Amino acid sequence: MQQPHGHTLKAFDQDMAELRGLIIDMGSFAEAAIEEAMRCLVERDVAAAHELVEADVQLDELEAEAERRVLELIALRAPMADDLRDAIAALKIAGVVERIGDYAKNIARRVRRLPEKVEIEPLSLLPEMAKIASSMVHDVLKAFIERDPDRAKSVCARDDALDDFYESIFRTLLTHMMENPQNIGPSTTLLFVAKNLERIGDHATNIAEMVYFAATGERLAESGD
Amino acid sequence: MIHVLERRSEEALAAASPAKIDVRQLDFFYGKTQALKGVDLPVPADAVTAIIGPSGCGKSTLLRTINRIYELYPDQRAEGEIIIDGRNILDPRYSLSKLRRRVGMVFQKPTPFATTIRKNVAFALSYYERLPKQELADRIEDALRRAALWDEVKDKLDASALSLSGGQQQRLCIARTLAVRPEIILLDEPTSALDPVSTAKIEELIHELRQQFTIVIVTHNMQQAARVSQRTAFFHLGELIEVGDTSQIFTNPRVQRTQDYITGRFG
Repeated sequence: MQQPHGHTLKAFDQDMAELRGLIIDMGSFAEAAIEEAMRCLVERDVAAAHELVEADVQLDELEAEAERRVLELIALRAPMADDLRDAIAALKIAGVVERIGDYAKNIARRVRRLPEKVEIEPLSLLPEMAKIASSMVHDVLKAFIERDPDRAKSVCARDDALDDFYESIFRTLLTHMMENPQNIGPSTTLLFVAKNLERIGDHATNIAEMVYFAATGERLAESGD
Repeated sequence: MIHVLERRSEEALAAASPAKIDVRQLDFFYGKTQALKGVDLPVPADAVTAIIGPSGCGKSTLLRTINRIYELYPDQRAEGEIIIDGRNILDPRYSLSKLRRRVGMVFQKPTPFATTIRKNVAFALSYYERLPKQELADRIEDALRRAALWDEVKDKLDASALSLSGGQQQRLCIARTLAVRPEIILLDEPTSALDPVSTAKIEELIHELRQQFTIVIVTHNMQQAARVSQRTAFFHLGELIEVGDTSQIFTNPRVQRTQDYITGRFG
């Protein structure tokens, strides 16, 4: 779905490229935030987790900038057809990536609630789950930049793996809690983390649907979740 | 949700309603140069159809064919059919004066006659029918009202039409067209010589007239096509490339050439 050639008005291409660049910046930020939040959790790095929470405001600023640029693009360039779909997709994606950043922030917030010594099995599974979530974010934004509906579709398919992970972590944590009431506190924290990661996957799937529509003009059929 | 569904059904209706004008396999020649190639285009009765495309694509030629203006020029000829209400109007036996009465046309530049406002409208009327004085006055007022010009000129009907602004002159030309009560109105870039305020007034007028007339508008301004029409046809090099609901053409054209043109990636 590559564009055959650029616009007659070169400044339009420039504007679109900058907008895409901004979305990529937001995506990279969110991706890094997910990974860093998981590192903080596993290593109990409370100080770095606090910094990560503070840094989230940057993502908010990037979102505001993306919104400003889309408004300007619509007002000044009057985009049509795939350009219009792209501009609207960029606006919506910026909002969703900001939400993904919030989930990473929520994970970072929970780091200090986890006791220094806790050996609950799912803690070793969560980084694996986070890897899937952040790779979905990475790939879906790559799909947006490359206007690649097939790549967007493949991201949706991976959401099931994330859901399965969540399901099994949920059951495991439930068992831990029933075994020993002292596990309830830390287990709940880990359950929230797993839920946050699962939500990130849902949001990446939403972005995939936006990318697919922007690239093709057709709705991606709901996978029925 | 209900509004959405209503709007959808309205659009579906526009697409499904029977064609007022049915252009079939239309070829057009300026001498040896072919300007239209095998055009098939149904034009629904209850919608504004916009014709867009780059210069020389044949869009004005199509309008000139629908009211047979081209017949004034000996080396121009049309082949194929244009069916209006079941009859092929390209058939030489189809009366030209009858056709012109059913199909009105407004041009790019306002073309008022160098006489009074009243006579500009009365002229076409008295050409087609003899009316008692009062009825003539009523018809003139009716036409000027429909063209949204009445309030601005009612106190100076005997002033020269040339004293009007460009936008008013264009609405006068529309009034002149409406006076003979046509069924179809062809607009050839009706606002390209007008300022934005006059343009908005003409666009509003087109919106209102849509209820009673079949309207075909040729425009270079794609935003205008998007604003005023329900159906849009894209022409390129004499061929009809794509026709569809205006909302579909501007958000999700099916043909790459349409997309390239409306997004400004042409050439």
